[in-house]
Amino acid sequence: MIVFGVALLAACTLIGVYLGDLLGIALGVKANVGGVGIAMILLIAARIWLDRRGKLSNGVKFGVEFWAGMYIPIVVAMAAQQNVVAALTGGPIVIIAAVGSLVLCFGAVALLSRFGGRSHAGAQAAHAGAVIEGEADEIAPRREV
Amino acid sequence: MNSIGIWHGIEHVFIEQSLVAAFAVVGGLILVSNYAAKRLTNGRVHGSAIAIVLGLVLAYFGGLYTGGKKGVADIPALAGIGLMGGAMLRDFAIVATAFEVDVIEARRAGLLGVLALALGTILPFIVGTLTAVAFGYHDAVSITTIGAGAITYIVGPVTGAAIGADSTVMALSIATGVTKAVMVMVGTPLVAKLIGLDNPRSAMAYGGLMGTVSGVAGGLAATDPKLVPYGALTATFHTGIGCLVGPSIFFLTVRALVG
Repeated sequence: MIVFGVALLAACTLIGVYLGDLLGIALGVKANVGGVGIAMILLIAARIWLDRRGKLSNGVKFGVEFWAGMYIPIVVAMAAQQNVVAALTGGPIVIIAAVGSLVLCFGAVALLSRFGGRSHAGAQAAHAGAVIEGEADEIAPRREV
Repeated sequence: MNSIGIWHGIEHVFIEQSLVAAFAVVGGLILVSNYAAKRLTNGRVHGSAIAIVLGLVLAYFGGLYTGGKKGVADIPALAGIGLMGGAMLRDFAIVATAFEVDVIEARRAGLLGVLALALGTILPFIVGTLTAVAFGYHDAVSITTIGAGAITYIVGPVTGAAIGADSTVMALSIATGVTKAVMVMVGTPLVAKLIGLDNPRSAMAYGGLMGTVSGVAGGLAATDPKLVPYGALTATFHTGIGCLVGPSIFFLTVRALVG
């Protein structure tokens, strides 16, 4: 059932964010430390577990993949509510600090990806890309009645 | 019914059905963007890149029009955009993208991700602090707060509040972080080829270095959707780490240096 997929995603998110809060408290930080990252790892583990037990139904997959497919629209909505006025009227100190750190970090990405070696996105990653783009054909194969 | 009456009726529906209205508006925005990507750029520019930039442009005019801080979401009829693009659904969707992560690839890049996170916290902080000093700030609290803002727009105010920065410096710090996030969204697809951002491993390095979840989320969506989960995986640790070292190690270091 689709709702099990959505509920699985919700449970992973809630547990992950909760653990992130706990980690923040343990470190004495007024912020969530890696909650979403922990939730992602939980979801990956849950998928592998379900897959091994043969319980990864199309409904469960669709429940999760629907939200993966909503990712880009949600990001567009996120962009539409940024405080762009503040960003553009912040003055030279804001622009210089932002551009400077950006250029340096882009450079570091180039350096790290060169030293780290290239990796090839396999079929799984390519399918994930199609899902996130909202164009995967096999999201919910129609069952024969 | 006259035209004003009709307009009020539509506005009423948009306010009452705010999230549903947001789905329709964003869908329309993406439709227009995909059409523009295909027709105007011949497919060279990703449709979602245009949609994100269009969203930012709308946020600018929304901010000018309302004087608020939340772009178009401050317009009552478009308040649903605030819910749709808010932290709750954003994180929910980011977690969902992990469902088909290539586990072996992600694990192989683990160490690289940690290194990227360290660099992504230190480098922007140094640039931010040097900029603050160059613009005449001499006290450790202000310098640290502005430097922390260059990490992300959450690390800035969290650090500033912890060490007692004044509100002008806090505003500068937040503005630096927001500007960085916006620039990451727009800049990433432009430099992706140049910095080798085309495989899961470099995406994990990118997520750790850029940090700002909204910037990374937007930047990767506009570049290559299949890289999204890898970048997000490291980026989500960035703000927490920044909040950890900003008011502690970083502040103490700056205080030791400037006295």
